[in-house]
Amino acid sequence: MKTFLFYVLVILAILIGVYLYRVLRGPTVFDRVLGLNGISTKAIILLIVIGVYFERVDMFIDISTGYALLNLVGALAVAKYLEEKGHS
Amino acid sequence: MNILSIIFIVAGLFFLIVAAIGVIRLPDVFSRSHAVSLTDSLGAFLMLVGIALHEGLGKNMLKILVVLALLYILNPGITHATVRAALRSGLKPWKKETP
Repeated sequence: MKTFLFYVLVILAILIGVYLYRVLRGPTVFDRVLGLNGISTKAIILLIVIGVYFERVDMFIDISTGYALLNLVGALAVAKYLEEKGHS
Repeated sequence: MNILSIIFIVAGLFFLIVAAIGVIRLPDVFSRSHAVSLTDSLGAFLMLVGIALHEGLGKNMLKILVVLALLYILNPGITHATVRAALRSGLKPWKKETP
């Protein structure tokens, strides 16, 4: 189970790199915001899998919950700001 | 219980990889939002259910399900706000060029 979880961690890190390509190369601002949303989803899953891997799930789940709430507030604020400002 | 959780985690990884391919390959913000919101939510659901099955019944399982519910509010909500901002700021949806 431990080696399987290690390979899951590696695949998730590669997926974060794929989303990072979209964040860096996105033609508009909204592509970058969507890419950041995908990265945050992957980071939440990655934190929980790290918790299972090191057998400290009770601590890492709290960290991932805080990360999810922070990401919700931040991304909604960025989306409302871009809606007023328009793309440029 | 162990085999079932491994099956769930592998299925979730499959959907996450499909979502990443969609984010790279699709042509537009409006079509990429489908990959980010729909496929990604399904993959995260399957992976977290697999991890919760691996943890077994208890407090940790309940916390993982709370994170899962939060993710299901968060991911489509943010995508909807972003796509609505893109549409209202005057971005035109992508159309296939007719020859």
